[in-house]
Amino acid sequence: MFLAGRFAPRQARLPSTPNREKLNYFTRTSPGPAVVAILLGLFLLVFLVIPVAKVVYVAFQDPNTGALTWVNFIDFFNTSLFRESFFNSLYVALMSVVVGSVIAMPLAYFTTRFNFNGAVLIQTLGVIPLIMPPFVGAVAMQLLFGANGSINLLLDEWFGINIPFMEGLNGVILVESIHYFPFILINLSAALNNIDRSMEESAQNLGANGFRLFRRIVFPLAMPGYVAGASLVFLKVFDDLGTPLLLNVNNMLAPQAYLRISSIGISDPMGYVISVILVLFSLFALWTSFLAMRGKEYATVQKGGGGLMKRDLRLWEKTGAYAVVIFILLIVLSPHIGLTLLSFGTIWSYSVLPDGFTLANYQEVIGTTSEYITNTLLYAGLAALIDVVFGTAIAYLVWRTGLVGRKWLDYLATGALAIPGVVLGIGYLRTFYDIEVPIIQQPLASWWVIIVVALAVRRLPYALRACVAALQQVAVALEEAAENLGATKYRTVRRVVVPLMSGGIIAGFVTSFATAAVELSATIMLVSAESDAPLSYGIYVFMQSAAGLGPGAALGMIAVIIVGVATYFSHRVIERGKREQALDAALAGGV
Amino acid sequence: MSKTRSIFRGAGILILAAGLLAAAPLVQALEDKLVVVTSFPKDLTGAFKAAFEKNHPGVKVEMLKKKTTAGVKYLQETASNNTSDMFWASAPDAFEVLKSDGLLQKYQLKATGIPDMIGAYPINDPDGYYKGFAGAGYGIMWNERYIKAKKLPAPKEWLDLAKPVYHGHVGMSAPSRSGTTHLTVETLLQGEGWDQGWAMWKEIAGNFNTVTERSFGVPDGVNSGQFGLGVVIDFFGLSSQASGFPVQFVYPTVTTLVPANIGVVAKAPHPEAAGAFIEFLMSQQGQELLLDPKIRRLPVRPDIYSKAPAGFPNPFTDKSIGAAVKFDVIKSKNRYNLVNSLFDVMITYRLDDLRAATKAIQDAEAALSGKSNDEAQKLINEARALVSAVPIDEATSLNKEYAGVFKKKRKKATDKVTGRQAEVEAEWDNMVKANYSKAKALAEKAKSML
Repeated sequence: MFLAGRFAPRQARLPSTPNREKLNYFTRTSPGPAVVAILLGLFLLVFLVIPVAKVVYVAFQDPNTGALTWVNFIDFFNTSLFRESFFNSLYVALMSVVVGSVIAMPLAYFTTRFNFNGAVLIQTLGVIPLIMPPFVGAVAMQLLFGANGSINLLLDEWFGINIPFMEGLNGVILVESIHYFPFILINLSAALNNIDRSMEESAQNLGANGFRLFRRIVFPLAMPGYVAGASLVFLKVFDDLGTPLLLNVNNMLAPQAYLRISSIGISDPMGYVISVILVLFSLFALWTSFLAMRGKEYATVQKGGGGLMKRDLRLWEKTGAYAVVIFILLIVLSPHIGLTLLSFGTIWSYSVLPDGFTLANYQEVIGTTSEYITNTLLYAGLAALIDVVFGTAIAYLVWRTGLVGRKWLDYLATGALAIPGVVLGIGYLRTFYDIEVPIIQQPLASWWVIIVVALAVRRLPYALRACVAALQQVAVALEEAAENLGATKYRTVRRVVVPLMSGGIIAGFVTSFATAAVELSATIMLVSAESDAPLSYGIYVFMQSAAGLGPGAALGMIAVIIVGVATYFSHRVIERGKREQALDAALAGGV
Repeated sequence: MSKTRSIFRGAGILILAAGLLAAAPLVQALEDKLVVVTSFPKDLTGAFKAAFEKNHPGVKVEMLKKKTTAGVKYLQETASNNTSDMFWASAPDAFEVLKSDGLLQKYQLKATGIPDMIGAYPINDPDGYYKGFAGAGYGIMWNERYIKAKKLPAPKEWLDLAKPVYHGHVGMSAPSRSGTTHLTVETLLQGEGWDQGWAMWKEIAGNFNTVTERSFGVPDGVNSGQFGLGVVIDFFGLSSQASGFPVQFVYPTVTTLVPANIGVVAKAPHPEAAGAFIEFLMSQQGQELLLDPKIRRLPVRPDIYSKAPAGFPNPFTDKSIGAAVKFDVIKSKNRYNLVNSLFDVMITYRLDDLRAATKAIQDAEAALSGKSNDEAQKLINEARALVSAVPIDEATSLNKEYAGVFKKKRKKATDKVTGRQAEVEAEWDNMVKANYSKAKALAEKAKSML
């Protein structure tokens, strides 16, 4: 089946440690990486650490005397409600990783492993769940899965039963897994696509196949991608606010923090104490995932062929695979099916479907949307761009240089996950309102650029995890080869490392972009003129009145479609790049 | 050299132009812009913006929409370099917070013909910092399809919501999340007395389906049929109805009407336009806009009601709306945060325990009905008393030192407060949780005897 000779010269793995040290030697001699690291550190300091510190310092203050103290943290652990909330959050986060993995793995495996019609479409649809527009997404979920939603109304009519999909912690786990499994899907797919085909072939030559091949060779090699995705899901769910609030589950940490921070006139420090604890625990979880990945080498040298052998499926296999994929897509896209119905529906109240269908909702928003759309594309696009550039840089600095304290860049950037948007928003107002931007003479905090910065900081962890995973799969030897041939560090990164990481970088761009497009909590604090507002703010404006539900849903659909189309095109770009690479490789192999 | 000179000349022209721009307001009556921070929906703000801009061509109104809480935070954080002119929202307590932070300025209303009171509540801030422009009262809304499908009767009074038939069907927002909800809670506490009032709230809360995070979550839930009945402010019910949802709304007898307000922000960059906007809001034309079916708020000008559609509630002639309770503003203000916190500890965060205890009591009572069993009755009474017990009495709630733990912040470094909010809340929580589980056990025991 294969031309053994074509693959024979490839080396599977190189011992890693000596190379890493040699590389450290290189970087120590040039100041470039240090300068970049300092600039990145400065950025995070100014736009993350200082604003957040300005808000959460009250966690360390005695509420009565104002003196520095640990007493608030002691209060935290003495309160049964908080202890309960902590364990609930932990349980929900772990279970969401499990359920999310069950959803994501088949999708990732089928689409990267087999010749599958519409793999790009499936990968695109797989991203859609990340885009859950604020408020309307919640209403759509309740209308479908709620105690009196369509499904339960039908179940009641047919079988006289009612399944509490949306009740309590299990409801949170269900919704979180449906919402965030794309993190695993995207990163795992990128990693699978990055595996050296010769690894698989060697294993097959040695007699491994089927599930054993997957379990022993393919999955372990894709581990960086899986861990990147799974740790994102864990951190995101642990720190997530939207879903518990939408289900009105209060006994979890993030909602407890939010409810205490955002009440009028109350300055109970516990909200900030919980924020600090969220950050610390998130960093701890991240550090654990570092430990799990340490001492293993995932890089493979050959990058030409790109990805696993794709094979054709037999007819019955194909039918089975399609059935699984369609079933999963139906479940994970159901909130968006609900959203579609809501946006075209007239009145939808305690019934399986809306009373009637209309285009009026779209007509109502059409006049107001063009500005929202331009702003959303601009903000989310810029933010995602900043994220992948910074993400690549941080990943490289952390994993490829020996700079002192480099891990802290990663920890800091990832810590942003645990900062509630409202805390960051207030921090920005507090820090940047007195700084005038020259020329336009406006406070920095009310300039639209600050929204981009806030989005970039909040979504940087997504891009960073994707970039780290991608970099871990690139062999150091390739860089050394380039440098031995006389390329400068900069040129090596630009011409060798970044192109080899492209899959992960695009995965990072897509997740950052998709989630930034519907972000609301920090945005709502920072929007200072309606002309600067993005789509999510527009949805919020509509969602304040009963008459605005349909138009809000229509705006939500527009957001989903924009992000969907953008994702589709970025996948197309990757696929094309990969085909060209494969072609080059084939030509090179032929010679 | 000539280059520098031309730069100087350019700068000179700029300065001149800037001077002319600065002088412009002296010639024109109003500034060319007005920035309003508001929590109101687009249906309301859009109508007023359009009408005002038509009356005053040349003034561009910017409606900056923020949740009430976010709006207050925004004004606090941006005060040093303020760019907003007005704050326009429902909850009077949000205005109180801004007022005590010195973020509002007084305004002398020129319009006449507006009474002092709506229901039992003064329309305008006695100190003159903010003005009421519309009335709003709390009531019960329900989904007709829902109650028909579940065969529930239509409610009339607050206590109806405590009946066992409504178990699991009621929704409400928490007072700490919504200033208007807070007023409803406080109204009942004042109308029924502290102990009786809390007992009633807990009986109702025992039937809760959910405590929503935003006040709009309640009409949303009722409209979509997620739960059947909700405790809401009137315009949520009335405007949902007007938008075509199959819902109804009633005012119970014990309710209070509170004004929705507007105030001028301290150091507003466009004070003249801000004044003109208030006057417009209070004028015949402005007040009439409130009758729009998508807005549906109660005008503060009694003469407007003659133009209202049939069936529109009129608090100035129908004295049953909002007149039953004489609302004590000072009392409410002094224990504001304490009441919020108490509600959250006893109800919001322990809803599952409260619901379980309530269900057990309701089941035991159902089993008891028609039979006579003194011992079981005694156990049930005991269980009820445990559920309705409040950790502190009314005198403590009004004790300055005790309520001080919940105050926003120490005004001076010398202000001494003993105890911390978290400490007090943990104490309450332990008591409440133990009571609920004990009540459940007692009620189950009572049922097993029947």
